[in-house]
Order: sequence, then C-alpha cells, then structure tokens
Amino acid sequence: MGAFVDLMRRSRPARVGALIAPAMLIIGIFMVLPLGLMAYVSILERGINGGVQWGVHTVEAYVAFLFEENLLGELSVNPDYIRIFARSFILSFVTMAICLTIGFPAAFYMALQPEKYRNLLIFLVTIPFWTNLLVRNYAWILMLRSNGLLNEALLGLGLIEEPIELLYTNVAITIGLVYSFLPFMVLPIYASLEKLDLRLVEAAFDLGANKRRAFLRVVVPLAMPGIAAGCILVFIPSLGAFVTPELLGGSKSMMIGNLIQSQFGAARNWPLGAALAFALLAIVLLAMMVYLMRFRRPPSAG
Amino acid sequence: MRDGSVAAIDVRNLTKVFGSGSQEVRALEDVSLAIARNEFFTLLGPSGCGKTTLLRLIAGFEQPSAGQILLEGYDIVRLPPFKRPVNTVFQSYALFPHMTVAQNIGFGLEMQGWDKPRIATRVGEMLELVQMGSLGDRRPTQLSGGQQQRVALARALANQPKVLLLDEPLSALDFKLRKEMQIELKRLQRETGITFVFVTHDQEEALTMSDRVAVMSDGEVQQAGSPEQIYERPVNRFVADFIGETNFLQAEVESEGERYRLPGGAVLSGQDPHRHAAGERVTLALRPERVELEAAGAEGLTGAVERIVYFGTDTLYFVAIAGADLDAPFQARVQNRDGSKAQFSVGERVGIRVAPDAVQVLVD
Amino acid sequence: MMAKRTRNPLWRFTGVPQGAAFFFAYLYLPIFVLIFFSFNENRQATIWTGFSLDWYGEVLRNDDILAAAGNSLIVATTATLIATFAALVAALGMARSRFRGQDAVNAVIAFPLIIPEIVTAVATLLFFVIVGIQLGLTTVIIAHTVFCIPFAYLPIRARLEGMDKAIPEAAADLYANEVQTFRRITLPLLWPGILSGAMLSFIISLDTFTITYFVAGPGATTLPVYIFGMIRIGITPEVNAISALMLVVSILFVSLSFAVGRMRR
Repeated sequence: MGAFVDLMRRSRPARVGALIAPAMLIIGIFMVLPLGLMAYVSILERGINGGVQWGVHTVEAYVAFLFEENLLGELSVNPDYIRIFARSFILSFVTMAICLTIGFPAAFYMALQPEKYRNLLIFLVTIPFWTNLLVRNYAWILMLRSNGLLNEALLGLGLIEEPIELLYTNVAITIGLVYSFLPFMVLPIYASLEKLDLRLVEAAFDLGANKRRAFLRVVVPLAMPGIAAGCILVFIPSLGAFVTPELLGGSKSMMIGNLIQSQFGAARNWPLGAALAFALLAIVLLAMMVYLMRFRRPPSAG
Repeated sequence: MRDGSVAAIDVRNLTKVFGSGSQEVRALEDVSLAIARNEFFTLLGPSGCGKTTLLRLIAGFEQPSAGQILLEGYDIVRLPPFKRPVNTVFQSYALFPHMTVAQNIGFGLEMQGWDKPRIATRVGEMLELVQMGSLGDRRPTQLSGGQQQRVALARALANQPKVLLLDEPLSALDFKLRKEMQIELKRLQRETGITFVFVTHDQEEALTMSDRVAVMSDGEVQQAGSPEQIYERPVNRFVADFIGETNFLQAEVESEGERYRLPGGAVLSGQDPHRHAAGERVTLALRPERVELEAAGAEGLTGAVERIVYFGTDTLYFVAIAGADLDAPFQARVQNRDGSKAQFSVGERVGIRVAPDAVQVLVD
Repeated sequence: MMAKRTRNPLWRFTGVPQGAAFFFAYLYLPIFVLIFFSFNENRQATIWTGFSLDWYGEVLRNDDILAAAGNSLIVATTATLIATFAALVAALGMARSRFRGQDAVNAVIAFPLIIPEIVTAVATLLFFVIVGIQLGLTTVIIAHTVFCIPFAYLPIRARLEGMDKAIPEAAADLYANEVQTFRRITLPLLWPGILSGAMLSFIISLDTFTITYFVAGPGATTLPVYIFGMIRIGITPEVNAISALMLVVSILFVSLSFAVGRMRR
C-alpha cells in the first residue's frame, strides 16, 4: 500500500492510469467487449434451438439479409429486410428534414432573445430529453388514436368527416421520431447561432441585403456547423429507434430496431440479429466519420 | 548582493524544457541569478520570455530540467511547493471561492498547524495591513478586483515567507488602481522587509518599483541591474529596444572606448563596456530625450526635420540624417519649456547635439 | 442592447416567432395532455368526464408497480453511485494532464452516447448470456452503470475545466499537501458538478427502457419495462397516472440537477 501511494505520488502516468482505469474497465468490459462479441456471433452458425453453435463459422446471417433459400436450396433475393432498412432510412431522413424545418426557426428565435430568457428557453428544450422516452411516445398514442385529441380537433374544425387512421402508420412513427429527437436539432443550431455576432447581420443589412437575403446568405451559412451536428444527432438515433416504431408503428411499419429485437425474441436467430445490429452500428459509425471529417473544425463565427 | 550575506534566492544554471522532440520548447536556458534579501526584484520581459516559468520553478509548480535553486543557501529543487517557505500572489489571484476572506488568509497558517486563536490574531493583523479590516466575512466573489488583489497579498504574506513571488499581479487592474497598488506594494515590501520577486511585462512598472530588474528574452537573462543601469546602460539591442525608445546608429570604432564615426562623417563619443577595438563596426544606442536640436552648423550630426508630433509636455521630431544608415528616422524628444509650439518646422535643417555620456555602445 | 433587439422591427423575421411557438407547443402539448387525462374520472382514457385522483390510488395500491418501482430505485441508486465514482476519478485523471491517447479516452467515455441503444442492448445481452451471467437485477445494474458514466462525467469535467488552474497550485503554495488540497479545495469546488452528474445519471437510469428490456431477467422488471407491458395490454387510466408520475419525477430531478450545477458559478 505504501509503495502504491508512493508510486501514485511520483509517477504522473501511473496516477492518470489509475484514475481513468475504473471508467475504462467498466466501459471496456461491458460495452466494447460485448460489441466485439456481437460481431463474432454474427459469423457463427445459428443454433438449432436458438443460441449459436460455437466454432462453426458462416456468413449465413449476412446472406440471409439479402437472399432467402427455398425448399430446393435455391437462393432468391429477399426484399423484406431490404425494405425494412429502406423504410428506416426514409423515415429517419424525413424526420431529420422535419426537425430542421421546425427546429431552425425555434433556435433562431431563442438566439434573438435577451440573455436572461435564453437560459430558461434552453432549459425548456432540454427537459423532454430527460423524461422517459417510452412515456413521451405513449402520450402520442393518446393524441393519435381514432378518438384521440388530434382526430377530435380535426373533426371539430370540420376538416375531416370521420376519424382518420393515424396510429400504427408511418406518419405516426415520423411524428413520434420528430418528437423524440427534436431537441437534438435545436440545441446545436442554437449553439452556433448564439455565437454568431449579430452585427454581421446588421452589416448585411447595411450592405443592402433584405431580410430574406441576410438570412440565407449570412445566418444560414454561419449556422451550418450547428445544422450539420443537429442533422447527424437526429438521423443516427432515428435510424436505431426501437421504442417509437414499437409503440406507434404497426406490423407493416417495422424499423431496423424492431427487426433486430425480433431476432432475439420470437425468431430466435441470434446470428442474424447480431449481423443486423452490426450493420446498423457500421452505418452509424460511418455517418459519424463522414460528419467528423467534414465538420471537425467548424468555421468559427466568433 | 547588497550586504554580502547569503542571497535570498540563488538560481544556478537553471534550464527548463517543456515537451520533447519536435514539440520541444526551451523555456529557460542556463539562467543564473542572485536575488538579495529584502530586495524588490523584478523579472521583466515580453510574454513567452521565461519569466513566469522562472517564478513557477522557484515556487515549485514545475521541476527544472537542470540546475539549482538555492533559498538562503539551501537547494530547494527537490521540495514540493507545500514544503517551500515561499508564497505566491497569482495573476488570477486564485482565491478559494468557497471560503471567506478570513478563511483564505488563514489557510496557509492552518495547513502549518497553527491553532485557531493564533490564526485569528494573524488574520486580523493581515487584514489591517492591507486595509481590508472589516471585510473578513465576505466571499471573494463579493469583492472588487482591487480588493481581491489585497486579499491575495494578505493570504501570501500571512505566512511570512522568505520570498514573496508575484506573477503579474497588477495586470488585471485598471490604470488608476494599478498606480495605487504599485505604491501599496512598495509600502508592504518596506514594512514587512520580505524579499519580493515580481514578474511583469510592463517596463514602467518595473522601473518605478524595483531595486533591481532582470530583463529576460528567449529564456535567457539579457541584463540584470538597477533601473538606472538598465535604462541608461543597456548592454544589447534587445534591452535598449524593449525599454523606452531608442535610436540605433551604425558606427565604426575610431578609438577604443571613446570615439565612434558615423557613415555621414560625424563623430560621437560613447561608453563601451565591451571595449570594441578600433575599426570594428558597432551599434550605438541613443535615447531621444538625451539630444537637443539646434540651428544646423557645419560640424557634427545634422539632418532635415521630416515630421513633428506634439505631445504636450514635449515634442517629438523625426529627423532624416544624411548618409546615416537607419532602420527608422532619428527621433529627438524636446521638452516644451517655454510654451511655444514648435521650435523647428518640417523641412528645416537642424543640428543634433548629443549630451555627454548619452551614447551607449551595444554588444551586437 | 439585446433587450432592444427583440423590439426592433429589423430583427423580426417572418415565421420565426410562429415557428418557435409551434415548436414549444409540439414539445409540451403531449406531456400536458397526458398529465391532464391522468386526472380523468372516466375509464375511457381520452373522454373527459370529471376530475379524479382514483387512478393514482390504483397505481399506489398495485403491488407489481410498487415492486417495479423498487427495482428501478435499487438499480438507479447503485448504478449512479458506481458511475459517478468512476466518472469522478476519470475526470480528475483527465483534468490537468496532456497525454497521447487522451482523445481516445474521451471517445471511449462517449461511446455509450454514440452507439444506438438497440445495438448496445443486443451486444450486452449476448455478452451476459455467453459469459453465463444470470439475467437479473445485477445485469441491469451493470448495463445501466455503463450507460450512466458519460452523463456523470460531462458535468464533473465541465466543472473541472471551469476551475482556475491556479487554485490547486495556490493550495500547494499555502502548505497543503495533495490529500489536503483534494479534501479542502478540489472536492468542495467540484461538489455541484458531482451532484449534478449523479442526478443526471439517476434519471437516465430511471428512464432507460430499451437496454433494460433486453437484459432484465424475470423478477428484475423495472418501472419502464412494466409500463411497456401495460401499454401492450391496453391503454388504461392507470398507465396515464403512472406515466404522469414518471414525467413529474424526471422533471423535478432535472430541474434540481440544473439548479445545483449552476451553484457558485
């Protein structure tokens, strides 16, 4: 013990190492290692009663993603999984676009407020993030049901004759995804707009730009790093969403997350589930890398 | 050293290197300095010259790469900062925000194991010393910059350190407060009799406050001496340039230690501590206020007035000297004693009369 | 100057205030609707007939819900304690040192934030099953601890970064050794960050559903997992009530955490 204390006191690397060790070990053993294991499981043979057969390596799971085997052992293209991936991409992209449309004005509005209100507004934006995602998505069931608030309101306004089917559709999923991840769009955009020197906008006015041009030529370009960060922060979790499609989507609107989950539930196909999860992880990391390479050093506004 | 006794701080061949390989930064290069007891000693230099590094080595926040630091004759290099009988006033003050003013001042005493009543007495004395008598219960955040400065001083002085280290303590204060604190610091140093090592980049601060000044640049001490020596007898171009305004003139030694011939033919007499031999090329330093302008004569240094800048107390004349190889026009600062605005006008030819002893021959 | 800007017509951009209004309505309307209907007397969850606290009574009398809530508290408390400790020492280690691989360490700590929860859930489940750790409260606690570390780490790190580097030096200069400096100076100044990080970890653990759903064995049902089961069966006023309770608890906690985090700034 005395020798240990002495080492800690004298050696800076030893001290730093000892201090970061617990966090590194916990995340390393229970996160990094499992991810590696998952990648390995994806190339194992599926067990007969679920689970895996150790030592039997195969790319079957990856083949199964694209093709299906009929009773004669012939492979034909299986569009089911591809369709689910495509749907996930489309829904995530639409979610991202809607978040940007709603989020940018909100962020700009916040940035124009006096300083004392700004912190309160930021706080209001962050609160939903800290509340239960499941519960927040559940709230939309109440809103979207055939006798829910949205239908009642539309009927009351005379916009529709009879309740429309909203729940368990792609529309419901999109609404839920936008709702879940909207703060992730607003906060980074706000951060870049808040740093923006508003005198630059005044300079644009001074140089003859009208409001629309000042907005498009000065505000938006300077907010670009925030927009990019917001888009990636919305797109990535949307792609891996599980709760929202599970609650608000139907059997015909499955997303990658639900597909993965079903491989560990009813289907009991671990290698396929692991392969799907690994594919999702690869896509996410790729998106992160592209983002980091393009926006690592955001042009500073200040 | 003034009294010939052992120095308060004796720095010997101190070298400090940060990083390694291509990122190596040599912050201090073989620095040797002796600081006498009771001295107000200033380390002066531009940012990055190594002055703060030297201070931090004395305090013990950094370890030297080579060399010794003797405190009253004992090598303290191996001691951690909390075992060195020196205290620091930080540039940011570094007051503990979660403690009151009194707790801040008493912290060092508490760490040294003083009992509570004694700490309370000393804290009271220190608050009086820095004229903060009634503010002991305040938090640092409730104080103005000048008050925080006083608390930082009291906190360091409470321990009666052998040496007080001050790292640009006045840089965060506005002009008026800075002037007040300069006087205050001198008073504290006189009253406590503690050796002060003061770091600054402000030459005026250094000249007005110090007993001795060491001018530093590029990790080396360029010159150490009294403010008068530093100002009047700069040893090299850096010191002459860094402190005050200086005209640099290229010349050839006509007779060693006496006469120097300028390219235009004029001859100046000057001081040369380095005894350059006849025929060598040297640089002469000449302060703008040590010359007088007169109607041009046939002999001596002459030139044409190029530009005149009126300063109120004095007027600065820029003079083009015929034949002289100058980087910038020659400057002459003439006091406005009689109130008349300009004695000479642009384009007029003037003679430059140089005061005796005004010319200093530089090393390089 | 800023206050004037909101009143200056030059800074009125068409559609911006409307967009912001829509944004905040979108963000909060469902929450208010949910809380509103949790006080509905009618069993038909979306038809308002009168005020009632009955459903809250039902929730508090439901032993399964109470057991699930108990599990949630055990998991959240344990995971928070471990995660906050690991985050604190890691932040201290990372603070005043510059070393190669520092970016890598930060990346590893941020890992749980970047990787989709469903992927983490799958990987963690496979790991536990293959290594042979029985699914139960322990596995939930482990998974939550991993997830909570970055949330505890960020406020502590921010607090450390915001601290004047000269402060611990000043303590050393005033004769405090490393232990005294840590106990008397660093720790008290870090407290708000630690508390804030711990509270964020706690809510994150209380709220995390997907991972819990995968790695909770029988008998280790937490509140979100139980609510999920209830929603699956049908939309009932009890679900509204327990959901509203969870929302309110989270909002209270996060408000408190932010208030603490801003202390003595």
